[in-house]
Amino acid sequence: MKVLLCDVGSTYTKLTAVDIKASKIIGIAKSYTTIEEDVTIGYNKALKLLEEKIAGNYGIFNIKFSKKLCASSAAGGLKIVSSGLVPDLTAKASRLAAASAGGKIIKTYSYELTESDARAIEASKPDIILLSGGIDGGNKDVLLHNATLVSKISGNFHTIIAGNKSAKDDISNIFEALNKESPIDDMESHRFDRQFKSPKNKIAKNIVFTENVMPEFGVLNIEPVKEVIRNIFIKNIIAAKGLNNIQKIMDMEIIPTPLAVLEAFEILGQSIGELMAYDLGGATTDVYSIADGNPKGEDCFMNGLPEPYSKRTVEGDLGMRYSMEALLEQINVPNFIKEYSLDEADYYEWVNICKEYKGNLPIARFEKYHPIDEAIAAEAVKISTNRHVGVKKKVMTLAGEAFLQEGKDLTGVKYLIGSGGAIVNSKNPKKILQNAIYTPADLELLKPLKPKILLDKQNCICAMGLLSRIDSKLAVKLMKENFKEV
Amino acid sequence: MKQVTLVMGVVGADVHAVGNKILNFVFTEAGFKVVNLGVMVTQKEFVEAAIEAAADAIIVSSLYGHGEIDCKGLRDKCDEAGLKNIKLYAGGNLVIGKVSFEEVEARYKEMGFDRVYPPGTDPKTAIEHIKQDFGM
Repeated sequence: MKVLLCDVGSTYTKLTAVDIKASKIIGIAKSYTTIEEDVTIGYNKALKLLEEKIAGNYGIFNIKFSKKLCASSAAGGLKIVSSGLVPDLTAKASRLAAASAGGKIIKTYSYELTESDARAIEASKPDIILLSGGIDGGNKDVLLHNATLVSKISGNFHTIIAGNKSAKDDISNIFEALNKESPIDDMESHRFDRQFKSPKNKIAKNIVFTENVMPEFGVLNIEPVKEVIRNIFIKNIIAAKGLNNIQKIMDMEIIPTPLAVLEAFEILGQSIGELMAYDLGGATTDVYSIADGNPKGEDCFMNGLPEPYSKRTVEGDLGMRYSMEALLEQINVPNFIKEYSLDEADYYEWVNICKEYKGNLPIARFEKYHPIDEAIAAEAVKISTNRHVGVKKKVMTLAGEAFLQEGKDLTGVKYLIGSGGAIVNSKNPKKILQNAIYTPADLELLKPLKPKILLDKQNCICAMGLLSRIDSKLAVKLMKENFKEV
Repeated sequence: MKQVTLVMGVVGADVHAVGNKILNFVFTEAGFKVVNLGVMVTQKEFVEAAIEAAADAIIVSSLYGHGEIDCKGLRDKCDEAGLKNIKLYAGGNLVIGKVSFEEVEARYKEMGFDRVYPPGTDPKTAIEHIKQDFGM
């Protein structure tokens, strides 16, 4: 049995063929993504290349795949704006929920949205706006205020309400009042999934109510939101992103690429032990941790919101190309140049080249600047790690020294895994990823102490996430074989 | 009638957990909605929990003597966070040294607390006060 795993990215459509019986990857091929025209053009080109490779290497002609699976991050990915009440509580919970559903988080808001926030959200053209705030029975004013503002935003997006359940009726009324004329089609078919037509904006207002991301204080409840996001993606976003044609070819519903990646790391973690992983892209840096992160030792007390075992964070201001300027704003340039022994003139030249080319940079042609690009990647790893891991502060009590921990303790993580072009294609992937490891200068940050560093050389992590839906044992086996220690 | 929501915890670097558990139990039994933050609670946590829970009152316990330092500024933080009318209660060994309870009470009221309790107070007293304060 042979399966075809397809990853429609923003730049490339990548195909991986796996022979399940022989337990191996038999071919990988890619071609440019053609989402504007018809996504299947790029897919078919890649498929042809793949078939030629397999024919050449294995003498298999007219290969038939018994299953075809696909993930996508094309057309901007699954763009989500999330919001909550207090930044460290429901706002954080909403962000964690959106990230673990595979979303590309544009921004997370807290407290009351303003008119200018609403305009910014409208301009960012999100696929989903996730609103939370208040524990059940707690504050509902802010959620109500935010839902009211969001109901006035025009655009083709879905609103998810995952906050204080006491606000549900009021919010429902707001949307109903806006859409008095005629609720569209399947209003009755889904109890919590109502679609309304807004006479004002002439655009359907889609609203879904689900469980609170923080129903009780300090209790994180992100699974129901994840499920709702997954359903919206399948039912609406696949079509909206122009993926319908490729969906018809596939045997399972298309999922967001980051979700496939998270699932791959989850099953790998179950097999090899706790891990952290990095995917450095042009627009974002994604960090994953598959680890319990609980306080170590009896004198350590947990503070703040508990975090999920499988945690994903997306840093929209830490990208290697599209968001490089935002990344560089966070670096002290003179120190940076000194620390990595870079040439100052070269640095500024490279920054200008990147600004000019954005996504389509033929990196191989600029060998002179590779050390600079690697140093920038290393900084992205450092900053994103510092945001992902928890902190542990020492406090003195009458009973002696004690510690307060906030976030995940990832000191015991066994593996760091690098994925994505910026790391995998670099000459010094180890140097980039080492920045995730604890140094004395990190003080209270709970970063990994002595992890082994692995590299997803073939960039097959997304394919393995898809494969895990058919044969998770094989996916783990292939990852173990393909991830090389550096 | 609306249920009264209390946010409670042991403030500062204080790890005295037993009293906290007892108070959590009796307040819940008395019909209040209790958000218990446990021990070693910072002012920030009290305030943030009170916002999310739309709490009516914050109940601060302190047993180790440093309560005065730990509680200073809590009322200001509440005001800053928009928790204008929230009631603040404090109880326990609230100061260091031999200070009369009247003096302790005066200091805490000066800091913006509404009610103050000495060590050994029967929780029933506080429950009665909460009911009074919220017209129950």
